[in-house]
Formats: sequence, C-alpha cells, structure tokens
Amino acid sequence: MRNLDIVKIFLGILFCGVIVLSFVTEKPVRGFGDEFRIFYYHVPCAIVSFIAFLVNLIYSVKYLRSRNYLDDMKAASAAEIGIVFGVLATLTGAIFAKITWGTYWNWDIRQTSIVVLLAVYGAYFALRTAVEPEERRSAFSAVYAILAFIAVPTFGIIVPRLYDSLHPKDTLMSGGKIALGGTVAVVFFGSLLAFTLLFFWLFNLRWRTGLLERSRMERSYE
Amino acid sequence: MKSRSQKKELTWSAKLAALVVKDLRVELRTRYSLNVLIMFALVTLFALGVTFTGQILTFRIHAALIWIMIYFSGLQGLSGGFVKEEEARTAMALRLYAPSSVIFFGKLVFSLLILTILVVFLFPLYYILMNPEIKRFWIMLLVLILGIFGLSATSTITAAMVSKANVKGALFAVLSFPLMLPLLLIAISATSVCLGGGDGQTLWDSLKILIAYPVIVTAVSFLLFDYVWNN
Repeated sequence: MRNLDIVKIFLGILFCGVIVLSFVTEKPVRGFGDEFRIFYYHVPCAIVSFIAFLVNLIYSVKYLRSRNYLDDMKAASAAEIGIVFGVLATLTGAIFAKITWGTYWNWDIRQTSIVVLLAVYGAYFALRTAVEPEERRSAFSAVYAILAFIAVPTFGIIVPRLYDSLHPKDTLMSGGKIALGGTVAVVFFGSLLAFTLLFFWLFNLRWRTGLLERSRMERSYE
Repeated sequence: MKSRSQKKELTWSAKLAALVVKDLRVELRTRYSLNVLIMFALVTLFALGVTFTGQILTFRIHAALIWIMIYFSGLQGLSGGFVKEEEARTAMALRLYAPSSVIFFGKLVFSLLILTILVVFLFPLYYILMNPEIKRFWIMLLVLILGIFGLSATSTITAAMVSKANVKGALFAVLSFPLMLPLLLIAISATSVCLGGGDGQTLWDSLKILIAYPVIVTAVSFLLFDYVWNN
C-alpha cells in the first residue's frame, strides 16, 4: 500500500498545480477570452469518460470469458464513473456554450452525441435492475456493453464529422499532430494525467466497496 | 427405429425457412404484432394529418416524421418475436430444435418481414395524406429498405434480452433507442436529401453508414447471441 500512498500524494499536488496553472498562465487559444480556460477541465473529463467506457468494455469481454463476478462488478463500476465524468463534460461544455454562443444548449451534434452516450449507459443500468438471476444479469449486461460500444465510436467520431458543428475543432489536433504549444500543452497533459489517475483511484475504491456490499449481503442471508 | 434414423436432418437454410414460416403462420393466426403495429401507425398518421392540415411542411420535417412513425410503430411489434416464445413457453422447444444461429437469423428475417409490411402499408398512406414531394424516388426506396434492415438487425438481440427480463415493453424501448439512434439520424438526413434535393455527397456518405452500421451490429450481435439465448 506504500506505493499507492505516494500516488495519492502525487495526485493531490498535481491537481493543485493544474488548478493554479490553469488560471495564471497565458490564454490557451487566441481569439477566445478567459472562458476558454475551461478547456483544461472539459476535454480531460470527456477523454476520461471515454477511458471509463473502454475499461467497461474490457471487463465485459473478460466476464464473458471467465464468468467471474468480480469482472462484472468492475465493469459496472467503470460504467458508473464513466457516467459521472460524462455528466461533468456535458455541464462544463454547457457553461462554455452559454458564454460563447449565448445558450446553454443548442443541439449541437457534439452535445447530442454525448447525451446519447449517457443514454446508452443509463440503459445499461436499467437492464441491470430488470434481469433477475445474477449470472444472467451479468451476462446480459456484458453483452449489452459490447453492443453499446459500437455506438460509442459512431457517435464520438463518425456522426460529428457528417454534421456542421459549433464545437471548436483543431485546437487539440490538427493534421494528425498535437497542436498545443509550450505551457498550454504542459497544463493540458498535466490535467489529463490528473483526471486519469483520479479515475483509476475512484474505480479501485468503487469495486472494492462493491465487494464489501456483496459480502455483507451474503452474510445477511446466512 | 431404423426408418427414423434414416430420416434426413434438415439443412441450415431449411431450418431457417421453417422457423420463419412457423412465425408467420402464428402471426397470421394470432396477429400478435401486426394488428397493434398497424393500428399504432394509423393513429399516429391520423393525429399528424389532423394537426398539419393546410400547413406546408419542409422536406426535413417530412423526413423526420416518416422515420419517427416507422421507429415508434416498429417498437410496438419488434420485440414480439422473442417475447411470444417466452410467454407461450415454447422457447425451450425452439432451443432443442435448432442451433442458435438459425434462431437469430430466423427472428431477424421475421422482424424484417413485419417491418416491410408496415412500410408497404404506411408509406403510400403517408404519401396520399401528407403529400410530400419526392425528388429521388428510387434512392428513397433504397434508404427505406436499408433503414428497416438496420432497425430489425439492431432490435433482434435486444428483443432476446428483453424477453427474459421482468419488465418487457418499456425496457425494450430503453435498450434499443441508443443502438437505433445513429441509424435513425442518418436515415432522416438521407431521406431529407431524397425528398428535397441537396448535396449528393452527403447522400452517398449516409448510404455508406446505412449499410455499414447494420452489418457491424448484426455481426457483433450474432457473435454474442449465444450468451443471451442459452442463458
């Protein structure tokens, strides 16, 4: 556990650094005001929710192979945290939209697609509550998670390219290369690292508490 | 005994055909899905017709209305194929009779047939009552065919899951919506190009996704179907 403690302390310092630097360094992109600083939080949240759904997919596949309830529990935990980060990305995006375009919500294709992604994993939890014996529930939700992941790239990548979007493009990537320079890149990737570590920490806590809940349930049956 | 063992085992496609014929026969006897489906479509169409009397609708609205009607009417009947097997307690017999691949494609073909009947009924009626202008008729037909193929492909495995759940109707809508929505959005944009004209490149891009998406979903759900059917 010693190493984990070091990671936790490192994460705390990293977050403090990111929060301070994100406000005091130069503006991230020319042509936008200070409101664009939300980019340091909005984009990592969106990327981390994608990572969470990827972890959910990996454990779902693993469950179908191993039939071990722990894998199912990990898959569900990852999806839960993915929803939290997805909601955070939506909210930070809406705040940015209010300041730059005047409304919180304007059915921009990116906004539509993140709502649909959240609906996918909402349906995943609806399925989990509706199917009864545990083995069947775990198998069905694993199958649905794999199917749902077809919708993730379709909505994350293909559909946004077919429609016009107000969403700023080319800030992160342009022409296949990373288009951030100097301090902006340092703060951004620091923030991304911090959010990713935070996700794995939360994920670890969530499935361990799930395990405790399960053993308490089993004890209460006895 | 000897004569029985000499009886030829049905081939894969013969089993598939037998399953589809059986489903159609049961459907014609009980009208389990079709009656509700067509009445639902009629009621919706009637409500739209009354609401929009004397209004001029743009082609985008026409496209959205057509697909929303097909989608919601379809939701009423698409889960029937599996749900009625569980309700009649014939699922176990079906499991003994045929390998799961036959069941999967048999039910897919059956829901495709149901949706085809729906569209054959609904689309001419929509044309008569709402009078949209159609610029590219043949491509429109192709979009409709690909769209209903996609709807039945995405609904097959969710219907199989729902048939074993506690709450059936509402859960089917919740589970299929996210899987069908990419298809629906693309179908609406393709249909609106067919109705009102517009950029041919967009149409071609949409058609590519309309073909690719159902094929990917079918392939993945076919691979995963065993876990649902034999569980």
